Amino acid sequence: MTPPASERGRPRDVAEGRIRVLIAKPGLDGHDRGAKVVASALRDAGMEVVYTGLHQTPEQIVEAAIQEDVDVVALSILSGAHMTIFPRVLELLRQESADHMLVTGGGIISRHDMEALQAMGTGRLFGPGTSTRDIVDYIREWKRGVAAGA
Amino acid sequence: MEPTSSRSKPSSRSKPSPDGRAAGERSASPEAASAARTGSNDGRVGPAEAGAAIRAAEQRWRQAARATPERPVAFTTMSGEEVDALYTPAGIQVDYLRDLGFPGSYPYTRGPYASMYRSRLWTMRQFAGFGSARDTNERYHYLLAHGQTGLSVAFDMPTLMGYDSDHEKSEGEVGICGVAVSSLADMEQLLEGIPLDRVSTSMTINGPAIVLFAFYLAVAERQGVPYEKLRGTTQTDILKEYIAQKEWIFPPAPHLKIIVDMMRFCSERVPQWHPISVSGYHIREAGSTAAQELAFTLADGFTYVEEGIRAGLDVDRFAPRLSFFFNAHNEFFEEIAKYRAARRIWARHMRDRYGARDERSLLMRFHTQTAGVSLTEQQPENNIVRVAIQALAGVLGGTQSLHTNSMDETLALPSEKAVKIALRTQQILAFESGVASVIDPLAGSYYVEHLTNRLEQEAEDYFRRIEDIGGVVAGIEEGFFQREIAQAAWRYQQEVERKERVIVGVNDFIEENEKIEIPVLRISPEVERAQRERLAALRRSRDAAAVRRTLDDLREAVGSGAGLMEPVIEAAKAYATLGEIVDVMRAEYGGWREPETVG
Repeated sequence: MTPPASERGRPRDVAEGRIRVLIAKPGLDGHDRGAKVVASALRDAGMEVVYTGLHQTPEQIVEAAIQEDVDVVALSILSGAHMTIFPRVLELLRQESADHMLVTGGGIISRHDMEALQAMGTGRLFGPGTSTRDIVDYIREWKRGVAAGA
Repeated sequence: MEPTSSRSKPSSRSKPSPDGRAAGERSASPEAASAARTGSNDGRVGPAEAGAAIRAAEQRWRQAARATPERPVAFTTMSGEEVDALYTPAGIQVDYLRDLGFPGSYPYTRGPYASMYRSRLWTMRQFAGFGSARDTNERYHYLLAHGQTGLSVAFDMPTLMGYDSDHEKSEGEVGICGVAVSSLADMEQLLEGIPLDRVSTSMTINGPAIVLFAFYLAVAERQGVPYEKLRGTTQTDILKEYIAQKEWIFPPAPHLKIIVDMMRFCSERVPQWHPISVSGYHIREAGSTAAQELAFTLADGFTYVEEGIRAGLDVDRFAPRLSFFFNAHNEFFEEIAKYRAARRIWARHMRDRYGARDERSLLMRFHTQTAGVSLTEQQPENNIVRVAIQALAGVLGGTQSLHTNSMDETLALPSEKAVKIALRTQQILAFESGVASVIDPLAGSYYVEHLTNRLEQEAEDYFRRIEDIGGVVAGIEEGFFQREIAQAAWRYQQEVERKERVIVGVNDFIEENEKIEIPVLRISPEVERAQRERLAALRRSRDAAAVRRTLDDLREAVGSGAGLMEPVIEAAKAYATLGEIVDVMRAEYGGWREPETVG
């Protein structure tokens, strides 16, 4: 699709409607380096990013996601609590009929756990050493898939 | 000492006089002393003519070297500082006695003790904790049996944040990234069979440090070990929590008040304990440069000293018990220089700014841990090599104790096998490599002395900026440190993604479809369930009246501003839980939310 002249030269998401992402730090974990780096990268890529700050409960995260009407909820968890927190966020989003949102994220999560979480309904999860470009590409691709499917 | 570096521009702060003599000699002010070292162009190492001859020869070398093009990469340190191809004595000035001196003497650049590793190797101290107190106790006995010489306790997230294992916020986090300790009963189990008069114990605990320290003291009492015989450290460094690790409970002012209480108590009753370990480790892990780690950590240290002095303590009573904790990252020589600069800066400021007179107040002792953040999930066995290089930097930098990370820590808590390899790495350094035979063996290296001076200068620049902001707490409140670190982390990430910085296995030398074939430690959800039951049983069986009474006494002390160490110990001995004790304090002190700082 050719963007209108006024949109040419701007990031593709602008033409498609900017992708809105909530980046959240759930639980007690305070290691926010990754969350902040990813927030900067997504903003650089033209997405609208809302960062929750630290120590959010799953309830607070889901409430913020709905209030901000985001497309993507990205959780950063380095404390090992991912097997509790991801399923809880998925469940709350379903309860709020907001499970059209993509739940993704990253942290210290073993591949075994990643597979288990994806089977429960999360999107791709990212471990240490991930290039932020891979995250940007993944989210854009997901958004295109949604747009095509709709 | 000043390196010759025809490519790098002279520092804007340096003002070499026309005859090449140093502008400031043995200046009273710290800034001037360091400026004299880094800036001026004195030929103190040899006569001026020798310097000129070296410079002439250097020009010839430079032409010869230019004949072959350099590899097309940026020759910069991890901190982004350009480095020259060669450092020589020309233009270098070191006033040996003023700037380096001897180990165990001012300014302690070469080490805090006269004999260093010739008398006593560094303490090999592996940080460990997972699951229940009983699981971790077994790991401690295992490590001690394999030659480890000190304990280091890793607590789980709820404990670090002052919540009991059965608090709703603890769900899913109990025993996961450390051991769960909610009461004296857990601490008793954690230390079972470990004679507290014969091991030194480091506890990585900050927000609720006073409570966990009280648990430890109570166990000692029960073992019949007098407080005077206890050796160890509580991290207690709340400033770096606001700056980097983000595990605080209260606002800065009450936290600092509690820390002063601990310093006072230790100086009077537990003289061999280090009540604070001023920590740069987490600042670096959060993304800072080496210079920021150095500067922010020392600025934090100065803040504790100022708080102690303001509370009426004699600096020489508490300063000897302050210890430090640094990261050992990948940039080998820069790390070594960082440790050397840290000792020199600390000694000078303690003597000249804070009027410390006792030698022990001036000498900096520190623990080192290799950089967790440098480990890669990809090809994890490569991490063994990274850790060895980083550990070597710590040893060449004269560390007093060392933790070597395990290769599997980007996947989960380390397995027993991975921990053993990490410990063996230290033993190979200590007993096979010969590096422990000679003290500060890199002193006099033109490059290392250049880096040492440069880092010192950068730290002094930061001290001035922090002072302009109004001090460390003001800097935290306006997000200065958090922003500096986030920006450095983002810069680093971009360099990696542009492949200006190669990370083996991550952005180069990649193995597609790599299978991870090392065992990963899993914590069973059973741990959380069992811990909740244990806590419920404790709440039923303890003397409820004693708990109420000691918590009331604590509440009164909190309200009146009295010293908190004694009432916390009494509550601990009555088996009041961590969460109950912290709640009493939180009711008075309130919580804290940081200013927003993304990138």
